Amino acid sequence: MVRVDCSGTDCLVQVRNLDKKYYRGNEVIDVLRGLNLDVSAGEFVAFMGPSGSGKTTLLNLIGGLDTPTSGTVTVGGEEINDLSGRRLTSWRARHVGFIFQMYNLIPVLTAYQNVQLPLLLTGLSKAERDRHVHTALELVGLADRAKHYPGQLSGGEEQRVAIARAIVADPTLLLCDEPTGDLDRETGDEIIEILHRLSKEHEKTVLMVTHDPLAAEKADSQLHLEKGLLVEAERRGEIS
Amino acid sequence: MAIPIEYNLRSIVVRWASALVAVIGIAGTVAVFIVVLAMGQGFKATLASSGSSQNAIVLRGGANSEMESVVTLEETKVIGDAAGVARQVGGTPLYSGEVVVIAPFPLRSSGTDANVQVRGVSALALDVRPNVHLVEGRFFQPGLAELVIGRNASLNYEGLDLGSEVQFGGGTWTVVGIFESGGSSFDSEVWCDATVLNQIYKRPENIFQSVTVHLNSIEAHQEFKDAITSDPRLNVDVYRERDYYEQQSNTIQTVIRQLGVSLALIMAVGAVFAALNTMYSAVAARIREIATLRALGFSPASVLLSFLLESVIIALVGGAIGCLVSLPFNGFTTGTMNWQTFSHLAFAFRVTPAILIAGLAFAVIMGLVGGLPPAMRAARLPVVVALREL
Ligand SMILES: Nc1ncnc2c1ncn2[C@@H]1O[C@H](COP(=O)(O)OP(=O)(O)O)[C@@H](O)[C@H]1O
Ligand SMILES: [Mg+2]
Repeated sequence: MVRVDCSGTDCLVQVRNLDKKYYRGNEVIDVLRGLNLDVSAGEFVAFMGPSGSGKTTLLNLIGGLDTPTSGTVTVGGEEINDLSGRRLTSWRARHVGFIFQMYNLIPVLTAYQNVQLPLLLTGLSKAERDRHVHTALELVGLADRAKHYPGQLSGGEEQRVAIARAIVADPTLLLCDEPTGDLDRETGDEIIEILHRLSKEHEKTVLMVTHDPLAAEKADSQLHLEKGLLVEAERRGEIS
Repeated sequence: MAIPIEYNLRSIVVRWASALVAVIGIAGTVAVFIVVLAMGQGFKATLASSGSSQNAIVLRGGANSEMESVVTLEETKVIGDAAGVARQVGGTPLYSGEVVVIAPFPLRSSGTDANVQVRGVSALALDVRPNVHLVEGRFFQPGLAELVIGRNASLNYEGLDLGSEVQFGGGTWTVVGIFESGGSSFDSEVWCDATVLNQIYKRPENIFQSVTVHLNSIEAHQEFKDAITSDPRLNVDVYRERDYYEQQSNTIQTVIRQLGVSLALIMAVGAVFAALNTMYSAVAARIREIATLRALGFSPASVLLSFLLESVIIALVGGAIGCLVSLPFNGFTTGTMNWQTFSHLAFAFRVTPAILIAGLAFAVIMGLVGGLPPAMRAARLPVVVALREL
């Protein structure tokens, strides 16, 4: 059993005995088998593992998009499996920022409007929203592209807008599923650099799935998903 | 806050070709709906304007229309002498005993015969109905086979021009005048001396079908009605002339409405299917967007509302186009069968604001019905599966 170590107040994410099975006809796909995980606040964790090993499934469960077959996910002391669909939805709005491989920007909305979306679920005034959107866009270096549509941006720029959208409402967790998977090395590095900065300078907790060992090296710790369990690769925080 | 409306507006614009079928379907349906209601409205207005509140029409007790009614010469005199009836300076009471026959005349437009209502009236008919006045020629001379023609009748039928001779009912008539009544049903009639009409049609000379009286005032109606209905010599029904004609329009208005609404409903089924198709394909094309919005924390309800709104916007565009298309019909004059009398009646379509609003409301309903199932599919999308869609 690995990564069940943080006790006390700084433990932000606690996953216990997480089981996820998919049923496809008569076939049972046992994706996660009693997985355990602790993540401290402000930690940058990279998940690696072969295709189909369940990395996306794990992120979806931690992000409250999916429900486990059994086991628990606790974020900030709140056991999210207990939440009803509606409360889970508003929990996501408050606590999770998602970053996807394919950016998932809304193509008919401008960068500004895309970034603003999560703020529409808050009680912020127009002026406050405006301020937050500009701060977020500035943080990813795209303040001058606010009026551009996703189609007018490069892949790297789209992903930076997506990062701005993920952080604009100041969520507890950033969940990134192969955020550089569709980008070239250089652009991908810029994205990882931004995530690294968010973790180090802005104390964001970042959980990132990646296939890229170089990208994973930027994280505080790297975990491998194998046969439904997490195996620790390295513990940089402890080594240093 | 909800998913911003810009999302829907831009999505419609970007995928406009997909919305086009729904827009056209709804526009066509709304246009038909409006035009039919405008037709009913115009018909009603035409008949209602025929009657005056200061006139009363008297029929035999139990008769539903002039066609079913018989009033004798003696009765017309009793009625004319009743309290409340206006009199000329010399003391002559203003009443007109009238007979109505139907005669076929060829329509100018098609050359085919249509039935024209020929009304035999008294020489005082123009004084009894001040809203009717001559625009050309003169009124008929009592005792002569002369015709005065309503303006629409003279426009719509061949041979009803001033000065021409016309054969019908076994007699030869001369057109001596054209009258106008401000677009009422009288404009589609031909008037002549009631006594001459009875002679030529070989009817008993002292039998009429209705009596129309001009009253001292609008308020005099009750006095007149009381006098007539309490008179033991008479067994008659009395109506305000306006009410009578309005009521005459009810049957046909109902028929127009029922036919029109049935037609519009059949078309609406098609339009709703077009809207369903448009919205289902909109949802299918945007599965990952929807899943992303759900992941960001937008609720199923706000997704549902957003897609319903989008459908309603498309429907409103269609509805607005339908309104614009139907507007030129306002004032469009046509003829139809007056089913009470089986005569041909000219009337103008009336596209009123209320009808336009009803048309838009109809569009919104089509949008809601066509948008709901796709919007529900969008709202129920399994987020995790949908996020894996490319
Ligand atoms: N909705 C589903 N139904 C059935 N099987 C699924 C479903 N979602 C994922 N899977 C399966 O679960 C396994 C793990 O998938 P995933 O979490 O996407 O892996 P990874 O992200 O590591 O590539 C795969 O074998 C995948 O086919
Ligand atoms: Mg994956």
